[in-house]
Amino acid sequence: MAVYEQQELRKPPISQVGIVRWLRVNLFSSRVNIGLTLAALYMLYIIIPPLLNWTIFDANFNFGEFSIFGFEFGEVMATNTNCGRSAACWPFIYEKFDMFIYGFYPRDLVWRVDSVFAMTAMLFVIVRLVRNRKGSAKILLTTFVVFPIVSFYLIAGGVFGLEEVKTHQWGGLTLTLVIASVGILVSFPIGILLALGRQSNLRVISFFSTIYIEFIRAVPLITILFMASFVLPLFFTGGVDFDKLLRALIAITLFQAAYFAEVVRGGLQAIPTGQYEAADAIGLNYVQKNALIVLPQALKISIPNLVGSSISLFKDTTLVLIIGLMDMLAMVNMTANDINWLGRETEGFVFVTMTMWIFLYSMSRYSKKLEVRFSTDHKN
Amino acid sequence: MKQLVKLSVASLLVVGALAVQAGTLADVQAKGNVTCGVSKGLAGFSAADSAGNWTGIDVDVCRAVAAAVLGDATAVTFVPLTAKERFTALQSGEIDMLSRNTTWTITRDASLGLNFAGVNYYDGQGFMVKSSLGISSAMELGGAAVCIQAGTTTELNLADWGKQNGIAYTSVVSDTNAQTRSNYDAGRCDVLTTDASGLYSIRAQTNDPSEHVVLPEIISKEPLGPVVRQGDDQWFNIVRWSLNAMITAEEIGVTSATVDVVTNNPERERLMGRSGNTHEHVGLSSDWTYNIIKQVGNYAESFERNIGLNTPIGIARGVNALWSNGGILYSPPFR
Repeated sequence: MAVYEQQELRKPPISQVGIVRWLRVNLFSSRVNIGLTLAALYMLYIIIPPLLNWTIFDANFNFGEFSIFGFEFGEVMATNTNCGRSAACWPFIYEKFDMFIYGFYPRDLVWRVDSVFAMTAMLFVIVRLVRNRKGSAKILLTTFVVFPIVSFYLIAGGVFGLEEVKTHQWGGLTLTLVIASVGILVSFPIGILLALGRQSNLRVISFFSTIYIEFIRAVPLITILFMASFVLPLFFTGGVDFDKLLRALIAITLFQAAYFAEVVRGGLQAIPTGQYEAADAIGLNYVQKNALIVLPQALKISIPNLVGSSISLFKDTTLVLIIGLMDMLAMVNMTANDINWLGRETEGFVFVTMTMWIFLYSMSRYSKKLEVRFSTDHKN
Repeated sequence: MKQLVKLSVASLLVVGALAVQAGTLADVQAKGNVTCGVSKGLAGFSAADSAGNWTGIDVDVCRAVAAAVLGDATAVTFVPLTAKERFTALQSGEIDMLSRNTTWTITRDASLGLNFAGVNYYDGQGFMVKSSLGISSAMELGGAAVCIQAGTTTELNLADWGKQNGIAYTSVVSDTNAQTRSNYDAGRCDVLTTDASGLYSIRAQTNDPSEHVVLPEIISKEPLGPVVRQGDDQWFNIVRWSLNAMITAEEIGVTSATVDVVTNNPERERLMGRSGNTHEHVGLSSDWTYNIIKQVGNYAESFERNIGLNTPIGIARGVNALWSNGGILYSPPFR
């Protein structure tokens, strides 16, 4: 009886495994792709080394003296004159960090802004903890009503013996976050109402909702901001102090509401008619039907677009610099005009870009998580 | 009919009440601070330091008014304004005064319902070139590429000047100040033109300021000064004479350090409110000028602290010197 021995398996050709295969399939699969890959590599070769030199290797990181366990490190902090002009001067950001974050907020009161930042972080923890618990809806609803009010009074002051900080002193990242979060949180419910209004069977309501949405969407945000900040005050001469930030917030909220309305309408239209009819059949009234059956489904499918819309609003908040609000982007010009730190705009822009990226990328990741969590699809 | 008459009378009264606003002085004293419109960051004129405190020679005018009216130079609410919104903010009463490197022109003075209360810096458009070019006069600039900011009077002034002197040039236009500077740095043009004060601050931001020269020609008049609403003469006087007090103090030689010294110079004692009754005419307490000089300093102190030769901006007094020192700075007498 012949004995068959298992032969050792032959390895696949080198061109079909590992990194070589990956390169062949993804980067060098055709002549066009070879060309594109080489072009891209050349671009990277041109861009990356100077970029790294500017941001890291040639840059100045001299943040001043500091001590660890009594050992002294570093030397006297770099100044504008000895920082060098050919590469980044990061001590500028270090020196102006408070300006970028708090603007003109009185420095002895910034703990109030810090506590709002801390509370915001805690918000995510709370949401995680109470998730899927009994009565979680109530807790969440209370949190989301109480949190903005507490934050507002913490930042603005004027009650409970907190010193009042006028809105023109708000600035930097604080202001950017205030505008973005108020814009998103306040316009969301308005947007839902507008979307329902546009779908309504009552002609008058659907007519005016449609007019509003179509009007706002046909006008650029800049125009609305200009109207709110230059034209409105002329109607209010004679001592009525109508806060500039409030005017901007109203403008942004009205603007964003129209966009949210359209996003939500998209969700509403995706719900099969059967769902509406089923709700009617079991005798739910209009509010119950929408709150229990339609909206939960519509909002769920709208999440990616809602977050996309929020992200673009977050970016649009930088437009307020043209109406004289000192948000994070406006701080670049302000800080680079301090006579002791003249002409450091580039560092400022890089810092603002990175900060924006961190916030917006986190938002986008969070939306991915939400989608997965709320997904009720059947998965293989 | 009767109803209609009543209604129209009532509405007329309302309109009348709006037109006769309470005096700005009373407003300011009631709320305890001067709301002052400033720039969103212009080196040496108005910008914030790392702690968020405002400094600059425009800022000092606001502080002088606050010191005069309230006795406290820190009692100022600074409102950063863009160039577009500055006049609306003043007209609508959002700010009490504007001190934002604003050029005094007949159009602005006569048609906007505003009054210019004086001049705190005589600016004018100039040119800066790299010293390696070996140019010493703007008249040698024929055929040069000029870096310039779009949509400013600078552009129009340059066109006028070129036409007048038969000098052809190509303009390299950009949108912002920072961009103009980087164009010049990168050698996309031979000359950079903007207001002289701006030229010095741009020069301070280059790698080696000694490689650039500011040419002697000034081709436009840009008198910058504080602005108030028309129709409130008392407030107008206060702002105008607060600035004049700083200039006169320099002329007499009173500084924040020597303000407490009592001399037998009658002019000086009159300025400091220790004799005479000039303070009654402006409606302020007798130590109003003392507070300005003590807390803000005289014009020279403000100038040297913010934009003078020992600051990174390094502007010489030039036309902004006193009339007695070859400049054109001149204050009517305190008498």
